Amino acid sequence: MAYYEEDDLQRFSEIAKHRPDLFEKFMAWYQACQEDGALSRREKALIGLAVAHALQCPYCIDAFSQSCLEAGSNMEQMTEAIHMASAIRGGAALIHGLQSHNSVNKISM
Amino acid sequence: MSIALPVIQTEFAVKASVDFDQKLATCGIELRASRVDTLQINVGKLCNQACKHCHVDAGPARTEIMKRETAQQVIDAIRKFRITTVDITGGAPELNPSFRYLVRESRRIGSNVIVRHNLTVMFEPGQQDLSQFFREHAVEVVCSLPYFLEQQTDAQRGRGVFEKSIAALRRLNAAGYGIENTGLVLNLVYNPVGAFLPPAQESIEADFKRELMNRFGISFNRLFTITNMPIKRFLDYLRRSGNEERYMRKLVAAFNPATIDGLMCRNLVSVDWTGRLYDCDFNQMLELSVAPELPQKIADFDPEAFARRRIMTGSHCFGCTAGAGSSCGGAIREPNA
Repeated sequence: MAYYEEDDLQRFSEIAKHRPDLFEKFMAWYQACQEDGALSRREKALIGLAVAHALQCPYCIDAFSQSCLEAGSNMEQMTEAIHMASAIRGGAALIHGLQSHNSVNKISM
Repeated sequence: MSIALPVIQTEFAVKASVDFDQKLATCGIELRASRVDTLQINVGKLCNQACKHCHVDAGPARTEIMKRETAQQVIDAIRKFRITTVDITGGAPELNPSFRYLVRESRRIGSNVIVRHNLTVMFEPGQQDLSQFFREHAVEVVCSLPYFLEQQTDAQRGRGVFEKSIAALRRLNAAGYGIENTGLVLNLVYNPVGAFLPPAQESIEADFKRELMNRFGISFNRLFTITNMPIKRFLDYLRRSGNEERYMRKLVAAFNPATIDGLMCRNLVSVDWTGRLYDCDFNQMLELSVAPELPQKIADFDPEAFARRRIMTGSHCFGCTAGAGSSCGGAIREPNA
């Protein structure tokens, strides 16, 4: 995908340029979300990885793949998280099949 | 601390090439030793393995090993200055013909002895009794095991290493190592299998304890997380894989001044196979000797002169100060401490 530049990930904070106050608020929130809490950092990194795949964001996939390793997860656990995201995406697509069935039923004899 | 964030840094582009001394200066830190309680002896580069992350570039074809005459000088220094802890590393130190002499004499003097053991050397010719030798001399054994799964371990240390490592750990457990109330200490070392920082030590230690016990019935005392140093074979890997800049940027961004007090260079002196002195094993591999105003050889060693010495540094030092920090005894402190 030509529009994505790997180096942009390191430049993310440049988005602060025109509204540093908003970026600062985002960062405080973002950082607080990832601290150990009722969920561990490791669990949160796996959630991040799953969401990154659901969103299909290459920056997030890079970032959270690394975060998961640095939080002590292994490839087996990370792959399970990716399957969870994918299965839910698949299920979400599939359940819309009923919408289609309903539409067809509505106009069918 | 930016360590909590995946990649996103609070500063605009963090530079990969930052001078370590300048970084210390901006934090108002002067890096000096506090005392000398440990002599770390690197007996040479000979090893039965050739791990991909090795900062020593050790392997079976290396011939640089400590001779008996130098080992004698090391023992003389340990005896003369009553060194508290003797930490023996390599290569695989057990392959050096003077290894057992160094252990025996150090213990006779009364020093604690740590051996950095790669586990698989136990199956090399002439090493069958190694676990009994360790036990007989109450050596603290620190073993390399980067993960509790075969794929990761073999990817870093070579095909078949995991299986042999598990067999060696069982042998150590059978000798009483890592077993409660025996007093025989078996610690493991975790190194990341790639260009990333180690996880929180306590968290990964709990995983290792659970998984090694459940899968293989193996127990151990502590697990130390050690950051891979951008030196020799690991640096080659970083360059070949296009990860050097990113890894260095990560180390610099994760600089944690709270790790400085616990850096190993502050309480140990490292001696190489020729008897030359260094502030740590990493400096040794970069041939960065102790400050020029100090005695350079073990035969001239004087702990008084070394106690408050200035430490020689380089960009690799960011590896020891990143995140929770890294030393021969693992993480220096938790990342947010």
